[in-house]
Amino acid sequence: MNIQELETIATDIRRDIITMTAEAGSGHPGGSLSATDILTVLYFHEMRVDSGNPQWEDRDRFALSKGHAAPALYAILAKKGFFPGEELLKLRKIDSMLQGHPDMKGTPGVDMSTGSLGQGFSASCGMAISAKIYKKDYRVYTLLGDGELQEGIVWEAAMFAAHYKLDNLTAIIDHNGLQIDGPNEEVLTVGPVADKFRAFGWNVIKIDGHCMEDIIASIDEAKRVKGAPTVIVAKTVKGKGVSFMENVVDWHGKAPKDDQKLQALRELGGEI
Amino acid sequence: MVEKIATRDAYGKALVELGKENENIVVLDADLSKSTKTYAFGQEFPDRFINVGIAEQNLMGVAAGISTTGKIPFASTFAIFATGRAFEIIRNSIGYPKLNVKICATHSGITVGEDGASHQAIADISCMRTIPNMTVVVPSDSVETRAAIHAVSKIDGPVYVRLGRLAVPVINDEASYKFEIGKGIILNEGNDVTIIATGLMVGEALKAAEELEARGIKARVINIHTIKPIDKEIIIKAAEETGAVVTAEEHNIIGGLGSAVAEVIAENYPVPLRRVGIKDTFGESGKPEELMKKYGLTSDDIAEAAINLINKR
Repeated sequence: MNIQELETIATDIRRDIITMTAEAGSGHPGGSLSATDILTVLYFHEMRVDSGNPQWEDRDRFALSKGHAAPALYAILAKKGFFPGEELLKLRKIDSMLQGHPDMKGTPGVDMSTGSLGQGFSASCGMAISAKIYKKDYRVYTLLGDGELQEGIVWEAAMFAAHYKLDNLTAIIDHNGLQIDGPNEEVLTVGPVADKFRAFGWNVIKIDGHCMEDIIASIDEAKRVKGAPTVIVAKTVKGKGVSFMENVVDWHGKAPKDDQKLQALRELGGEI
Repeated sequence: MVEKIATRDAYGKALVELGKENENIVVLDADLSKSTKTYAFGQEFPDRFINVGIAEQNLMGVAAGISTTGKIPFASTFAIFATGRAFEIIRNSIGYPKLNVKICATHSGITVGEDGASHQAIADISCMRTIPNMTVVVPSDSVETRAAIHAVSKIDGPVYVRLGRLAVPVINDEASYKFEIGKGIILNEGNDVTIIATGLMVGEALKAAEELEARGIKARVINIHTIKPIDKEIIIKAAEETGAVVTAEEHNIIGGLGSAVAEVIAENYPVPLRRVGIKDTFGESGKPEELMKKYGLTSDDIAEAAINLINKR
């Protein structure tokens, strides 16, 4: 799949995120939009998965450690064919397979139940070390938010992954700089993120998290690195693609109203 | 003299047996393997033993991740850290997705002894049984521990196994003992009062029954090794036939065995109940036997509770 095709998919995913959260009346559009390009590359360019066999033993794994970006993951999984697209409009509603945060038992294609921050990262370390023990060649990916780095378990897991040389694990930080109560620097400084992971023994790559070429190249590089896990620190824009949401902290956990939805869809192009 | 073995020792041995039988068993520890007795497994199967360091939250997260790949992780540390510090990881990453993780925590209860209150888990049963999908097992001796560890390895889903540091009397017979998850065991027949006990208090309950027998009271003694799912049938039948129930646990009387039995009795066949256990207080340093006496966890305390109950009838 070429870059242009990936970008087209990413735009479709962003449109889905807007439509889903508007329909749900709640959810987290900001961090879903910032993670969209990364997730698009993972699922449409990189990961070895089979929508016809979601539990395939040798598949690559993904844990959405920033579980609140579930709308982005669900839109991706639907587009990959793990479940019908009409499910997306049932997000967060009663009896839906699409919970507010990922539920591995309810949603085909979800490899780990997440939502409580830091835990998906820890679980991804478990998936990766299991592959080492049992000599499996699948790779494990996990996506974290930057505010999430404030959780203690993240650094327990970071120490663990380096100690056990989990080079089959790639963590990606969706570094959009904002968390619920404001900019990271105002709430609790998380940086320098790259230096911290380097000090923990990780291979670190810094990229523009909205540049498809960058994302692809960094994942390729991570696969070549032996003896250490890789973290990709992806500079992103919260609310990316929707002008009035970009870099606005209030859009962390708020759904667009009808007029906002229409404006967002217009900006993202395509039919409304 | 009755032989005494700590349940943690029986756990360590059972793990090695399991490791030989099933190559999908992975054991994790958080820098306490020599105390939890997972060390022997690590020596025997170094490739399937993971020390996560002093990081109990990550212990549970990594165990969860391993279980998603179809393997069977046994995660061990002290009960206070497993169920306290890592509670929310257990709840969200293991309980909620119903993952096949066996949390086998040692050094439960007040008989941790000299380390004091900070290390004495007295609410672990309570915490674990409130997590949906979780099975909670509390073996009474080494024989039961071995059988329980083998049994829980064969069921799919999260299990909490509560183990102890202290060497306790072997009360079950290795040759004839049968363990069935969720099934209580009647160890002494009687119709005057029922004593329902778990863990090391089962041994105390049997002694209490002897003391009561000497005073002409026939006590039924039931070993509830599975707190959840609890054996309602055996409890209701005992309430009907004996009319009075005493529970005995090395745990806070809030939320543990006593509460679980009270729930069953109150909803099905209300009879007078007394809970022997730690009376909602922290422990302290001391020898295990001294602590059991000071905090009301002896056979005398159980017998006294039974007599009080009978006298009020």
